[in-house]
Amino acid sequence: MTALLEIRGLKAEIDGRQILNGLDLSVNKGEIHAIMGPNGAGKSTLSYVLSGKPGYEITGGEVFFNGEDLLAMGSDERAAKGLFLAFQYPLEIPGVATLTFLRTALNAQRKKRGEEELSSPDVVKRVRELAKQLSIDPEMLKRPLNVGFSGGEKKRNETLQMALLEPKLCVLDETDSGLDIDALRIVADGVNRLRAADRGMIVITHYQRLLDYIVPDVVHVLAAGRIVKTGGKELALELEATGYAQYQSEAA
Amino acid sequence: MNAEIRPASTAAEIGLADLFASVRESLPGGRDTGVIRSDAFDRFAAHGLPHSRIEAWKYTDLRRLVRDAKPLAQRPDAHARSLGREAGAVFAGVGLRRLVIVDGAFAPELSDLAGLETGVVIRATIEALGAGELPLPLDMAGSDPAAELNTAFAADGVLIAVAPGVVVERPIHLVFVTTGGAPAATFTRSRVEVGSGAVLTLVETYEGPDQSDYQVNAALQVDVADGACLDRVKITGEGAAALHIATLEASIGASATYRDFGLTTGGAVVRNQLFLKLAGEGAIANVHQASLLSGRQHADTTLVAEHAAVGSQSREVFKAVVDEEARAVFQGKITVQPGAQQTDARMMARALLLSDEAVANCKPELEIFADDVQCGHGTTTGALDDKLKFYLMARGIPAKEAEALLIQAFVGEVIDAVAREDLRDALSRTMLAWLKGRE
Ligand SMILES: Nc1ncnc2c1ncn2[C@@H]1O[C@H](COP(=O)(O)OP(=O)(O)O)[C@@H](O)[C@H]1O
Ligand SMILES: [Mg+2]
Repeated sequence: MTALLEIRGLKAEIDGRQILNGLDLSVNKGEIHAIMGPNGAGKSTLSYVLSGKPGYEITGGEVFFNGEDLLAMGSDERAAKGLFLAFQYPLEIPGVATLTFLRTALNAQRKKRGEEELSSPDVVKRVRELAKQLSIDPEMLKRPLNVGFSGGEKKRNETLQMALLEPKLCVLDETDSGLDIDALRIVADGVNRLRAADRGMIVITHYQRLLDYIVPDVVHVLAAGRIVKTGGKELALELEATGYAQYQSEAA
Repeated sequence: MNAEIRPASTAAEIGLADLFASVRESLPGGRDTGVIRSDAFDRFAAHGLPHSRIEAWKYTDLRRLVRDAKPLAQRPDAHARSLGREAGAVFAGVGLRRLVIVDGAFAPELSDLAGLETGVVIRATIEALGAGELPLPLDMAGSDPAAELNTAFAADGVLIAVAPGVVVERPIHLVFVTTGGAPAATFTRSRVEVGSGAVLTLVETYEGPDQSDYQVNAALQVDVADGACLDRVKITGEGAAALHIATLEASIGASATYRDFGLTTGGAVVRNQLFLKLAGEGAIANVHQASLLSGRQHADTTLVAEHAAVGSQSREVFKAVVDEEARAVFQGKITVQPGAQQTDARMMARALLLSDEAVANCKPELEIFADDVQCGHGTTTGALDDKLKFYLMARGIPAKEAEALLIQAFVGEVIDAVAREDLRDALSRTMLAWLKGRE
């Protein structure tokens, strides 16, 4: 069976500085992988490189998504093929109504996949259902994307996008940061509803707390641009107790 | 006064002099009007076409941009008239009262003159000139060369008067169309008087064939009396090779409101010049202008807002989206006269450059002779935000579509300033059509 995501020896730099140093990772359908690690280890960089953010230079390695060369695709194509990144810092886009954005994104993906585009009322209906599950005020959907949203609202909005777009691989970058316990629960419930046999997830987090709610199958430690340790969910608890100091020195 | 050293006349200047000599006798109006025309032409000829050393035309050098003078357009024939019937299509179905001006001549038979509201009078400029009832000089534009040329040559246009207190529900649409044939020049003069407490919405559209390098010089004088309200929406959608120069003069009375929205998408060389005078206490002027430019288009919006009364308020927002090798120019000058205390004026110019060769020139100015005022201005110029574009693309939106969304958002802010939804929708359609052209 081909892995959903297969990363081999990935090296990447930005502004001439190497951040990823030969990273290996394999995620199968149905699995949830947690990536933990100290600040500055390269977790966000990994998520950006996977989604094709401009500015990164790939200096080595390869990435396959469902057996296809991911790095050869544009960001929009990666999304249409089912890759979704929930941003650590969702951006504000003034002048673009949230609903317009959601409809445009959904239909652009469907079009690319050769599926029929959905009518506006159909999209609105689906979005409203999801908004309700995530306790998002429907009025917010009329406002420009993320503009004036609180940190928690932005993260819920990311979760809403993910649920609407039904990706094959979800990459969640520090989705727990800036959330109080109630918001964390709402977001985690939203993510858990998306758990499915044909869907994989990478949950990036600095703290173990999120993993109480989204229980992973595999836990990796990312330090200095590489996966330095892999284990079961007990590894997260261990890290909670010991901290990252040993990995920082190991990487240095 | 020092003798001005004047460079040799250009072909266009010589052509204009020849043209004036040959048509002056046949232009409408009596002897007095003829003298006014000749004086205006002489003042123009003394300096010639404006060039980059003339401050008000700094970025739009007509000596360089206008190659020749064109003959005056013929009165429209049957074919031209049939084109007039189809013009202004962007507002089709909106139910505006269409007044059609074909090749510079008002065509009542193509216009919707039935069931005029009581208190609304519509007349052809040519008729008023013939009866000696239209004073030609443009006063606010001063000695502006394009305005002088308009005074010298203006032959027709539309005059609209709304009696005091009359609220005109149905907007009036001035449909200006240049038809095919040999490239020609049209000079129109129109005038709109909105009586005290009256309300009117005025739409103007300009269009013509892409293959012809025709020239349009249109002047509109607007008088918004005390407590009146005038909304104006102008779409400059001329053909791709056209020269379009439009002069607006607006006098705004006490507690009157004038809102001006302009969208420029067409023309090779466009100059929209607006002269506003906030003449009465508490007058309000809101000006929103957007230019969407590509190819080698050059569009200049130059605005002078003169605050001449206590407590007047003006807002000027200019946005330009500039692609390929196009150039957008914005010059905005707010002057506050002595005694115009409590003036509140704010001006903003923002340009979005979509290519490395695109250019935006912004020149905001404040000239303040009163001490108790609030005035401010700002300009920004930049490319599309790559981070925002990436965010959209990461959700599956292709690059061009992501750019289109961001451009729409950028321009949307000015379109939102238009009060009527039906007009906003038509403007959005025009914007979307422009974006479609980029794909
Ligand atoms: N534009 C940049 N130029 C140079 N270094 C950068 C740039 N962006 C991020 N970095 C560095 O890359 C490293 C990894 O960052 P990041 O992936 O955000 O870490 P994490 O998400 O694990 O906290 C950090 O040391 C950061 O300072
Ligand atoms: Mg990070």
